[in-house]
Amino acid sequence: MALPSTAKGSHPAHAGKPRVLVSSTSSDSHTWNLVFLQLLLEEMGNDVVNIGSCVPDDLLIAECRRHRPDMVVISSVNGHGALDGERLITALRAEPDLSRLPVVIGGKLGTRGSSVFGQRLMDAGFDAVFEDSAGIEPFRSYLELAPHAVELEATA
Amino acid sequence: MTGTAVPPQGRFAGAVAAAAARGVLVVQPRMGMPLPADMRAGLAAVRRARAATVGTITLDSYTRVGDHASARKALAEGSDLNGFPIVAHGAEETRRMIDALDDPRFAIQVRHGSPLPLGIVEALADAGLDATEGGPVSYCLPYSRTPLRDAVDAWARSCEVLAERVPGAHLESFGGCMLGQMCPPALLVAISVLEGIFFRRHGLTSVSLSYAQQTSFPQDREALAAMRRLASEYLDGVAWHVVLYTYMGVFPQTEAGAMELLRSSAVLAQVTGTERLIVKTAAEAFRIPTVADNVYALEEAAGAARGADPTTVPEADDSGLYEEARTLVESVLELDPDVGRALLKAFSRGLLDVPFCLHADNAGKSRAYVDQGGRLQWLSAGSMPVRAVAPAGAGRLTADGFLTMLSHVQRRFDGPVLERGRGRSGLTSSPSKV
Ligand code: B12
Repeated sequence: MALPSTAKGSHPAHAGKPRVLVSSTSSDSHTWNLVFLQLLLEEMGNDVVNIGSCVPDDLLIAECRRHRPDMVVISSVNGHGALDGERLITALRAEPDLSRLPVVIGGKLGTRGSSVFGQRLMDAGFDAVFEDSAGIEPFRSYLELAPHAVELEATA
Repeated sequence: MTGTAVPPQGRFAGAVAAAAARGVLVVQPRMGMPLPADMRAGLAAVRRARAATVGTITLDSYTRVGDHASARKALAEGSDLNGFPIVAHGAEETRRMIDALDDPRFAIQVRHGSPLPLGIVEALADAGLDATEGGPVSYCLPYSRTPLRDAVDAWARSCEVLAERVPGAHLESFGGCMLGQMCPPALLVAISVLEGIFFRRHGLTSVSLSYAQQTSFPQDREALAAMRRLASEYLDGVAWHVVLYTYMGVFPQTEAGAMELLRSSAVLAQVTGTERLIVKTAAEAFRIPTVADNVYALEEAAGAARGADPTTVPEADDSGLYEEARTLVESVLELDPDVGRALLKAFSRGLLDVPFCLHADNAGKSRAYVDQGGRLQWLSAGSMPVRAVAPAGAGRLTADGFLTMLSHVQRRFDGPVLERGRGRSGLTSSPSKV
């Protein structure tokens, strides 16, 4: 495995492969989750740009413009995920060029174990929310379906 | 543990030294609530626990990254935070909270995780507290994308402010816990010792060196002995003690497995002469622990330490861990007469290289694995002056393989519980003792 290098941030342009940008939130420094998601996404045939932990909203927006990903995967486990997620997606959706970019979030999003943030985060602008307690399968299925959803939208 | 001249000790270090003199292990929680009233109740409960305790104020993640505006907003909106926002509350409010404890002299440490800690250090000094934690490396690489150079400068200045403003102030290195898991012991020991040297260089006279429990009791025992030996060699003239952290990686999900792991860390602390232990709770795998979770864990750990029988536990390994750690320390100190600059050079040359660390200033060429005997070993050491013994057939890391690697300890402690058919509920819902 080539461990992702956050600051170097560049990536080989793999023609044809969907490009996924993996990022933490502004206040969350956990990285094992990011490495796991990178490995999983690469195995599923994606070209991954992992921009690491403690990513301020402005930097995330700039990286979205720089890398032009097909999808953004936000991960947070420190308990601030719902707060940070709501703020960042509001900021991102306010940018006209990013308002339709597929963005999902997952992890341990609150501090109390079972969380209830799904609807709120969807309303704020995420395309999907994956709670840690549901396991990783729903995400795998989503990824298998996601490209088709984009195709359908393109032809609609 | 003290070197030649005994510097005066503050409240925190004094409490640890007094317990150590009686042969009693000090136990300490990780605990931080957003509201002062809850924080005070938590500290009071820790003080009352049936154990030799010191208190903790764990700071929230906004305060850690310097985003005090978000902390204030969360407080104003009544949102949950994962700790106590000491800067947003301010020193006055924090001091009032502590003064309202039935024992306002209770020893308390502020634990954060901030690469640029000056504001936090000023707030804790203003609030009358005298102990905190961190380090230029250990609070930068695992906790931020801040350049290491900035963290070294900020920590140098913060150490000086702390030493100047708070007589007897105590500072603990977090160097024994780089990323919580999968960092071989010799590197943890070396970083802790180097940060201890850095603290002394910047004026502190009371420090502790940390070590986080890893995957193997005999290996950990050897590591703790190596740490004590290196501390006595390098920290002359400074009062020091050693603090052990209960396992800091992916935690067992059954209550019985979690408590067994906690007790094993308490026994490890007791038989190695470690003065202080920071516990984990049965909630670790799921959520922020409640006060009740923490009190239960503190008492459980204290009981296990009291009952520890050094004759029935595995001996320390004899793998040359002391020599390996000493080589790392020496090759860093040789790089520059100033230990801060030496640390910067060491990371830029990969002489120190933390496995799986994504930080831009970490070389990222080292990797570790858990061997057949359960010990943590180097798979590749990059440019570090240590030997890697890669097992045959170490292949490409897959997502599943990665999770299997990270859950080694969790499986070892949950496995027997699940086989006995008990503790199953812990897997689907978070355990609660409230
Ligand atoms: C290792 C660790 C650390 C290390 C991290 C080092 C690093 N740079 O990564 C250290 C010690 C530094 C650390 C620090 C902190 N930690 Co921590 N940490 C852990 C620990 C023990 C293991 C995490 C881990 O490695 N997991 C392995 C990875 C692969 O899995 P994962 O992160 O659990 O993610 C899984 C799922 O959530 C999911 N997932 C995650 N993201 C996403 C995203 C999508 C889209 C999808 C589909 C799925 C998904 O996939 C993963 C695989 O199943 C956990 C507890 C545990 N689980 O045992 C606590 C834990 C995550 N930490 C926690 C906290 C609060 C912190 C701190 C804030 C300190 C504090 N107050 O206690 C700081 C972080 C500071 C900050 N600025 O945020 C809490 C979070 C509580 C909550 N959410 O309710 C936990 C649960 C511990 C606890 N019970 O208190 N931590």
